[in-house]
Order: sequence, then structure tokens, then C-alpha cells
Amino acid sequence: MLLTLLLVHAAIGLGLLAGARWTRSWSFLIGALPLAAVLAVLATRWRGLTDGDVDTESATWVDGLGLTADVRLDGFAGLMVLLVAGMGVLVMAYGASYFGRTAASARIAGLLVLFAGSMLGLVLADHLIWLYVCWELTSVTSYLLIGRDQRSAGQRTASLQALLVTGTGGLAMLAGFVVLAQQAGTWSLAELLADPPSGGTAGVGVALVLAGIFTKSAQVPFHFWLPGAMVAPTPISAYLHSATMVKAGVYLAARFAPAFATMGLWRPVVIGVGLTTMILGALRALRQSDLKLLLAHGTVSQLGLMMVLAGSGHPKATKAVCVLLVAHALFKGALFLVVGLVDHQTGTRDRDEIVLGGGWSAVRVVAVASAASMAGLPPLAGFIAKESAYEAFVSGGPWDLLTLGAIVGGSALTFAYSARFAAPFLRRRPVEGAPSDAPRVAFAAPAVVLGVGTVAAGVAVAPLLGDLVRAAANALDPRVGDPSVSLWHGFNAALGLSALTVALGVALVAGRHTVARVQRTLAVPVYAEDAFAGLLRGMNIAARRVTGFMQPGSLPLSIGVILLVVIGTPVIAVVAGGSWGGGGPFAEIAAQPALAVVLVVAAVAVATVRRRFAAVLLLGAVGYAMALIFAVQGAPDLALTQFAVETLSVVMFVLVIRHLPEQFRPQRLRGGVALRVVVSSFVAAGVFTLAMATGSGTAERATSAEIIERSEPDGGGQNVVNVILVDVRALDTLGEITVLAVAAVGVVALARIGRRPGRDAGRRTRAPEEPVT
Amino acid sequence: MRHSLIVDVSTRLVTISTVVLSLYLLAAGHNQPGGGFIGGLVGGAAIALAYVGGGLERVRAFTRFQPWTILGAGLVVAATAAVVPLLVGGAILEQDFVKFDLPVLGSIKATSALVFDTGVYAVVVGMVFMAFEALGEEDAPEGEPS
Repeated sequence: MLLTLLLVHAAIGLGLLAGARWTRSWSFLIGALPLAAVLAVLATRWRGLTDGDVDTESATWVDGLGLTADVRLDGFAGLMVLLVAGMGVLVMAYGASYFGRTAASARIAGLLVLFAGSMLGLVLADHLIWLYVCWELTSVTSYLLIGRDQRSAGQRTASLQALLVTGTGGLAMLAGFVVLAQQAGTWSLAELLADPPSGGTAGVGVALVLAGIFTKSAQVPFHFWLPGAMVAPTPISAYLHSATMVKAGVYLAARFAPAFATMGLWRPVVIGVGLTTMILGALRALRQSDLKLLLAHGTVSQLGLMMVLAGSGHPKATKAVCVLLVAHALFKGALFLVVGLVDHQTGTRDRDEIVLGGGWSAVRVVAVASAASMAGLPPLAGFIAKESAYEAFVSGGPWDLLTLGAIVGGSALTFAYSARFAAPFLRRRPVEGAPSDAPRVAFAAPAVVLGVGTVAAGVAVAPLLGDLVRAAANALDPRVGDPSVSLWHGFNAALGLSALTVALGVALVAGRHTVARVQRTLAVPVYAEDAFAGLLRGMNIAARRVTGFMQPGSLPLSIGVILLVVIGTPVIAVVAGGSWGGGGPFAEIAAQPALAVVLVVAAVAVATVRRRFAAVLLLGAVGYAMALIFAVQGAPDLALTQFAVETLSVVMFVLVIRHLPEQFRPQRLRGGVALRVVVSSFVAAGVFTLAMATGSGTAERATSAEIIERSEPDGGGQNVVNVILVDVRALDTLGEITVLAVAAVGVVALARIGRRPGRDAGRRTRAPEEPVT
Repeated sequence: MRHSLIVDVSTRLVTISTVVLSLYLLAAGHNQPGGGFIGGLVGGAAIALAYVGGGLERVRAFTRFQPWTILGAGLVVAATAAVVPLLVGGAILEQDFVKFDLPVLGSIKATSALVFDTGVYAVVVGMVFMAFEALGEEDAPEGEPS
């Protein structure tokens, strides 16, 4: 059922991409259908999930490689599925109004469905490779969605940056998965976590997986791609870059933490990185006046907090991260949608420019309530999440208390930037009477739904959040037991810390001008984004240098080096290895010496004639003589090939030499000629030695004999040469034709510089000096 | 180049027979000398002949497909033939064959290797087309530099 639903996502997503022209106004509705189906399926399984049941499904994916698509739905996966599908339905409803009804927006709907399918696959995956594939699919769909408008340089740069960062991390993660699977002896995520491997090698694997987790969840120092990705349309940012995709790293960290948190440097690294991200993101958010960028940096900050909670491995922290995942999706989703509404209707996202007219009251309420939830004010979902986070660390050792202190500081900053966000929505309407540009009900509805969710999850906490969090947290770590998720825990340390947070936050808001001044004077020595750009530039420069060294552009030099290596290495092996068997027979048929004479004469002539055209014809003669030798030796395949190749090369040469001087340039360097003669003679002697050595018959005959024997029964052909090409060594052939195709494309590209390729060559629609670099 | 009727007609005739030969080599390749690679090269020779006889125009008259379409299609066919066995539970590029008797033609052996070989054929022919597209002159060659 679940696997079928994933396939349905793929089918509908691709269908929307292909049929964008026809689905237009229905695209987002169609796109919402599979997500709604997922929600329905989840509802039917809900009872079982809260009781701790685990649903598994398995399908053979690639049998030959032992790959299976294993799906495992437990409580935590259920929570993530709820986020992905629930937010998905809302974003689809929102997108229908936001994007309008063009074919381009239908493609966005298709990509969103594909993304949702990949994300669902990711959180449901139990096979590590399957998980990795879904992980990368989310990166790729994210790339396509950020860089939706290929004419915008900003979008192209941002999407490529996001893809490079998350893709590199993904590769590291793949390597980590391989290492861990080798150590654990299983590819199943559940089995790996149930019986985690330990030791140095496993540690390397875990470190590699962490690299993937950090890049995906935008942790310092990889955080910069997330604000960059905000060039995407707001619904996409809300869905991918806040509610779902960026939480994939948190998801995996939460899965891994109960098994690996006690291992080596896991805790210091994950918690350190998470706290740095939290503080840095919050400080950056405080500086933004573009509301969307403010939310983006705020998301980075919240992801840092989630990483701390997910990575700690402490049962209470595990519970807290489950609460925070839900609360964050609710408030941040609503806030993004609100920014999208404002941007779409008024054309600005700058907090100082926003002027809201009449009819915005519902949106204002949602914005303020969600911002309050983000700030951690009761009685909202965000408050419960923050209290849970405090509780997790309040009764620990010195390191836990240090962590707690940092979280309190980060939360105070969060309060400050939440207030910064909410301010324009609290502003009174100007007397002039702003234009009535309030959004339609259907457009605003998804944001309102999320806003209601934020309040409801806080007020009616037990029935809404309680079961969900208990099921999810226990699926991660059975030690969680029966956590109490409620608004009121009595007068305890956590409540005191909440009060302290609010007090600090209010102080930050009151002294915001001082804070801004301090932030301006505190210059950051290195920006991660600049470092990344510098790294890319450096790689390009290094690549150019290496290429310049390896490919100096001198044909004699290149050919000389190639020939010497190709011939020299096996000759050394023959001489040193002592496999010289005394040489084979010099000639078997009388025709052979005769042809050999023709061949030698023609070859010497090629090297000495002055005119190019004559050289080409003589080269052809060499080739045909060779083909005849093959023919009399009884190798018709080889002879046929040689004839065809020779014919073609002569024609090609003739085509090319028309553009060259009629005669070869006379050699000016005497030493050059001597060197060439020496190299040529050495190569000739080497080839001769090798030919005699291979013909002398000391080599093992079993391989060729076996291929000949098995050719007819296994390959179904009597022509052994062809059976080798298409069956025994077919993978080589596939590689060769790929090289052939690439070379052909390269030849056309080089030869046709300045010419329009193809049939419209005469039309010259574009300027002929179009660059081909 | 002066258009000679004898050259014109004879290249046309020989071109057609060469194309037939190349297709025969492709089809028979699994049991007799031949195969996709050789067949494609012989087909390439036919193209070269057409170029000598009638220039790029006649080369293009072979097919209404673009050269790179042929090349790409060949790669796709070969790669598909490589992957399909994986999907039905075999090893990559595993080949299978069936024998059946037809009334007139006698015993026929159909092998999946022919599909792969056809891809190879298309890549080689496509490459030759592309080479002429790249290096050939728009007009018929006007005699060689001598």
C-alpha cells in the first residue's frame, strides 16, 4: 500500500510535468490527491502506530544487485509522514492561488509531487541505499524547484549552490552507509540501529553520515545554502526549505542518536555544531529586514536547536525534538505562507515597507500567533517545545547545563527576531487608507489552518500532540516511556527558564538599536558562503593548471608519451617477467611476407613523402595491406573491420586535408627528427617483441578455449568474436560506444565552431560567433 | 566537380548494395562474420560513398533523422538492452535467445543480443553521419587539392 502510494507520487508527478499543457488549472488539485491519500492511509493506521505497531513492506527493486525497497512505518516515520503529507496538501492548496494557472505552474505542481514522493520515501526507507536514493532525489527536486526560472542568474547560482552542498554531503553519507553496512552486516536501517557496530571504522562511517546530515539540515558551516535558496517562490521555500526537506538531517540524526550518541565524539560534535548554528542563525535573523530572509535565518537557527535535541540521545531530548518538529512545521509553515501572501498581494517583503490595508485581520492574527509560538509564548505549540527542550537538559551534568545556557540564550534571540517579524503585523493601519489588497479566502485559508493548528496543539495538547509525540519518541527510543506532554508542569526550573527567556528577549527588543550597533561592529572574519565560493574558484583554477600541464597541446609530445608508455610497459614486463617463449613462427603462408613487404614500403613512404594527399593514400595502403594479412590469416571479422575503418579514414582525411597546406612543413630541428626516429624505432621493436611473445604460446590457453566452447550454448552464436562483443564483454562494448558517442559530439562541436549544425545550416539564425567554450 | 552520369549512377547503385550488405552483416553477425560494429562501419562506408557521389546533400538524404538523434537512440537502445535483464531478475547485459522454425526460412534463432548489436550499429552509423556533418562541405566537393 505505502509502496504503491510512492509509485503513484512518481507517476502523478511525472504526468504533471509531461502534461503541463493540459492540466493547467487542475494541476495543484491533482497534485494534492496523492498526498491526501497518504494522509488517509496514515489515519487508518494511526491506532496501531500509537500502540507501537510497525508496518513493513518490501519489494524487490534490483534483484541482480540485491537491492530491495524496504518500507518501515513506525511512530516517528508516521510523524514525518504527517508533516510531509499534511504540509503538502496545504502548500498545494496555497500554490493554486499563488502561482496561477499557467503551464509553468503545472510543472511546479509536478515537481512538488515528485519531491513529496521522494521525501515520503526517505522517511519510510529501511534499506540504506533506498534511503540514500530518496535523499538525493529530494536534493535534485529541490535544485529544480529553486532554479525554476533558468533565465535568472540568481536562481541558477542559488540552486547550484544548494545542490553542490547537499549533494557533496549526500555522497559522504553514501560512503558512511557503505562503511556502516559492512561493519554491521546488514543494509537494514532498523537492524543497524538495533545492533550498532562500534570501533574506529564504524566511527568513520558515522562521521561521514553526519556530514550528510549537517549539509542537508543547513548546519554551520554549511548553513549558507538555505538563505540562498530563498530565491525560490515562497510556497516552495515554505514546503522544502522549512517544513520538510531540511528536516531530513534532523530525522536521520534522531534515528541514529539512540544508537550512536555514546560513541566517541558524537555528542560534542553534534551538540556543538547545533548550538553554534542556533546562535549564529538567530543573530543573522535579527539583522534581516526582508521578512523571508528573516524566516530563513530563523529556520537555520531552529534547525540547530533540533539538531541539539535530536543528537543528544537523551530520552527527554528525543521527546522534545518530536514536539519541536511538529511545532516548527506549524508556526514556520504559517509564517512563510503569510510572507508569501504579503509579497504576492503588496509586492514587498521588507518589514519597513509593509503596509496592510483592510481585510488582513485574519492574516495578522495568524502571523502574530505563529510568531508568538516561534518565540515560545504560552499557550502555543512552540512554548511546549521549548519547555521540553529545557527539561531535557535541566537535570544533567555540567556539560548539559552549558548546553542549557546556550539554548536559553538562543531562545532569547529567537524571541527577539520573532518580535521583529511580528512588528509590521501589529502596526496600525495608516490613516490615508491603504489599498484594499487583502487575499481571497481560499488563498489565505492554508495559513489560517496552520495558525489554528499552532493554537490548538498548544491548548488541546493532550489529544492532539500527546499520542503523536509518544508514538514517535518511543519508536526512536523505547526508554522514553510515557512522556507527559502538557502546557502546565507546575512551578519548576523549566518554567523559570521560560520566564528568564522572555525577560531576556524583551530586553533584546527594548535595546534593539544597541544590539544592531553591536552586530554591525562585530565583523565576522570569514563568511562560509565566501569560503565556499573561494573553494569552487580554487578548484577551477587547479583544474585549469592540471589540464594545462597534462595537455600542453603538442601532438608529437602527446603521441610520443602515449606510445612509449603503451609499448614500454608491457615490453618491460615481458623482458623482466621471463615469459618469452622463444617466438612463434615467422610466417605461415607465402602471401604473408609479400604483404609484409608492401606494408613496410608503404609505411616508410608515409613517413617520408612531402605531400599530404600522398601520405593519406599511402596510409590507406598500409591499412589495406594489414587487412589482407588478417584475411589470409583467417580472421574475416578483423579484415572486414579493418577495410571499413580504412575506407572511412581515408575519406575523412581527404575531407580534413583540404583545409591544410598542401605540403608538410619541412622539419627545421634536426634533433627533433632524430628523436622521432629513435622513438619510432623503439615502438616498432617493442610491438614486434610483443607480437612474437604473444604468438609463442606460453600463455594460458584456457580463457580463449573456454570462451569458444561456451560461445554456442551460452551466447547462442557461432561467431565467437561477436559473442565476445555483445555478451562476454558486452559491458566493455557499452563503454566503448559511449566513448564513441562522446567523441563524435566533441568532433562536431569543434569542427562546427561558427557553423550552425544540422539541416538548418544555411539559415544561420544565430550569430556565427556563438561561443562554444 | 563536373557531374559524371557514370559516377552518379554507379555510386548510387553501389551505395544501396553496401547498405544492404551492412544490414545483412548486422543481422547475421551472431553466427557468421559480422555484427553491429562491422555492419555499422560498412554502413559508414556506404555513407562515404554517397558523399563522394553527391556531397552532403546525398548523405542527408539517407534519413530524415538528425545524426545525433541516431547516435543517441543507439546509445539508449544499447543501454536499455543492458538494463532490461536486471529488471527481469538477470545479470546486467545477460543475453537470451529463442529458436523457432518458420515455414520458408527454416530454423530461426532470435537473440536478445541483436537488440544490443542494433544499438551499437546505430551509434557507429550515427558517428559517421556526424563526422560528415562536421567535416563535410555544404556543397558537393569541388575536386581535391592536388
